[in-house]
Amino acid sequence: MELNNKLTVSASPHVKSAETTTGIMLDVIIALIPAGVASIFVFGLKALAVIAVSVAACVLAEFLSRKAMKREQTIGDLSAVVTGLLLAYNLPATMPLWEVALGAVIAIVVVKQMFGGIGQNFVNPALLARIVLMSAFPARMSAGAMAGTNITGWDVEAATGATPMGMISLADGLKDGAPSLMDMFIGTTSGCLGEVSALALMLGGLYLIIRKVISPIIPVAYIGTVAIITLIAFGDVNAMLYEVLGGGLMIGAIFMATDYTTSPITNKGKWIYAICAGLLTCLIRLFGSLPEGVSFSIIIMNILVPHIENATKPTIFGTVKEKKNKEADA
Amino acid sequence: MADKIEGVLKPVMKGHGGIHVSHNKNTSKCEIVRIPTPAKVVLPMQQHIGAPCTPTVAVGDEVKVGQVIGDSEAFVSAPIHATVSGKVTAIGPVKVANGSMVQAVTIESDGEMALYEGLKAPEINSKDDFLKAVRASGLVGLGGAGFPTHVKLAFKEDSGVDTLIINAAECEPFITVDHRECIDNSWDVLSGVYTIKDILGFKNVYIAIEDNKSDAFTELMKVAADEADWDDSVKLVMLPSQYPQGAEKVLIQSVTGRQVPPGKLPSDVGVVVMNVQSISFLGRYLKTGKPLVSRSLTVDGSAIAEPKNIRVPIGTLISDIIDFCGGFKGTPYKVISGGPMMGMSIYDINVPLLKNNNAVLAFSADTVKVKQTRACIRCGRCVEACPMSLMPTKIETRAHLKDAEGCAAAGAMTCMECGSCAYACPSGRPLVQYMRLAKAVIREESAK
Repeated sequence: MELNNKLTVSASPHVKSAETTTGIMLDVIIALIPAGVASIFVFGLKALAVIAVSVAACVLAEFLSRKAMKREQTIGDLSAVVTGLLLAYNLPATMPLWEVALGAVIAIVVVKQMFGGIGQNFVNPALLARIVLMSAFPARMSAGAMAGTNITGWDVEAATGATPMGMISLADGLKDGAPSLMDMFIGTTSGCLGEVSALALMLGGLYLIIRKVISPIIPVAYIGTVAIITLIAFGDVNAMLYEVLGGGLMIGAIFMATDYTTSPITNKGKWIYAICAGLLTCLIRLFGSLPEGVSFSIIIMNILVPHIENATKPTIFGTVKEKKNKEADA
Repeated sequence: MADKIEGVLKPVMKGHGGIHVSHNKNTSKCEIVRIPTPAKVVLPMQQHIGAPCTPTVAVGDEVKVGQVIGDSEAFVSAPIHATVSGKVTAIGPVKVANGSMVQAVTIESDGEMALYEGLKAPEINSKDDFLKAVRASGLVGLGGAGFPTHVKLAFKEDSGVDTLIINAAECEPFITVDHRECIDNSWDVLSGVYTIKDILGFKNVYIAIEDNKSDAFTELMKVAADEADWDDSVKLVMLPSQYPQGAEKVLIQSVTGRQVPPGKLPSDVGVVVMNVQSISFLGRYLKTGKPLVSRSLTVDGSAIAEPKNIRVPIGTLISDIIDFCGGFKGTPYKVISGGPMMGMSIYDINVPLLKNNNAVLAFSADTVKVKQTRACIRCGRCVEACPMSLMPTKIETRAHLKDAEGCAAAGAMTCMECGSCAYACPSGRPLVQYMRLAKAVIREESAK
């Protein structure tokens, strides 16, 4: 037969699952859409502009840095789009667009590509960019745009208010003028784009869990830890719910802490990582000088991931045989 | 899929990992048919793990079916028999499926398939007689490993081996010959099982089958009920249809709850596992004395015109086998010897079928296209999928660095190359290749 040298030879297995990196990223993008829509609804077109600039700048930064490094092009995997969305969701609508673009460059070039690109960054790119911007422009970052103002206009600068997380403290409990729990759930409060609607974020999270893109361990353990500790600290269910629904906890626990690259790949590790992130968040929120602690908590836990993974390696098949075999015989 | 059948046991334990891969058991209703006698067979002198055989015939010799044409003095080896009658036309190196050159005897068939006169049912009065007979039969593990069966069965009396598991799980997609063996040759299977149970004195005997083959259970139970001598000491076990359920270590865990430690054999936890075709062959051989000269296999895949289950003389060229199944449909992209998960893709179909080869699959490009390889995103799907609880992505990193110590510590040697990790990987990383590299790195280091 004349087939020789025309057959393809490769290592087994010869069938592969239909899942691809691009498909996973696309699922994350889909899951982020409800929160984006909510933010545009709350903050108006300015929110859309922040999202568009952030995504475009991330993709462009990825394209140019791969080009400059003479590496294979990776914008097709859509991970830069995800980073762009997450960065935008971590910024207030009042952010000048050039600062948004600067954040994108920090996220993609400094945090992601300089460490080797997708899968190699040791902290979450969008979160670190947010922290850099927060340090560079503290006033702007700590004041979120007030809801319901200038929905159609571009000038939201004038109407900014404190993040809801400034309206609660361990000493005073919930202060007067704090938004209602229902508002925080549906999404009519101030804050960063992706912080306004807990409902939209939870819908996205549910989608990711159903599609098996993320395991429920991290969001459940992270949010659960914060809920338990704040309930104990305040002794008040309303205050607890306020802490859970408010600030960056939802987007952090569902979308940022579950980032594959910067979270443990073992299930046991995921539990430890998420519970510790919850503890840190509570420490910062309850005792720190900052009103919000999700970003720092996740970044700190990101750095500890290699150690958590080392400590939670699965037990290799057959290495606990003595005990198991005895049990089986008994 | 059957949920429960009266009298059939459930697995005692569910292990970690595994994947759900499309079964594609397209040929499960295809009875095993015999291929017409091929014009020639090529019989490599190494079709097993262990020492190669030396030809015991010369060019020009007339041989008959079942006549020994190659043997070895070594214990870990198995004789090779003529699989057609005819004339030896060549002895020398030939290319085999894995690309290596192996000494082989080529026999041109006279079309008679005349049986060798010396064949008679072996006389068995002791365990020793039995093991000698098994060796003489040329039997090696027909499930894929090709380990000489008499070596596997030669465990010491005091070794604590008490359990025999017949592996009919058949978790590889597409392959259905083990399934068919349970149905088409159910009497041979049970006869083999009961005989070997009595001779070797196993306390527990299980026949383990995945739950997507419910007719295999009913057929075996029906046949067993008809035979007065066969008590109910042989248990059927229904396993979930999940890959790699039929992998030896996974199977032993599911059926007995015991775990074979890394680097150890099933006999170290008191278990012997035999493929259903091996036991069925033994059942026939002990009655007739006809050695291993043919085997059944599945021929399927998107590029095969007429998928079939066929019985073929060992040494038949794969090209002849494909021709018998209607030839190729469209342009084949990949031809695989074995299953799609663990089989080997071959680049030349003019190679002989070996004793341990349970399938020939051919696929067109659209069905087995190689996934684009991207960077690892640390999603953890490989860790989730590994039935040995390894972290394939970590081993890959260690293998890259040629870090023998790291590879060993990460358990690379425990990997059985089932391919679950590479199947699950969304980035299309060739993880099985890296596992092999890791093992090579370890071996290289320990050879220093």
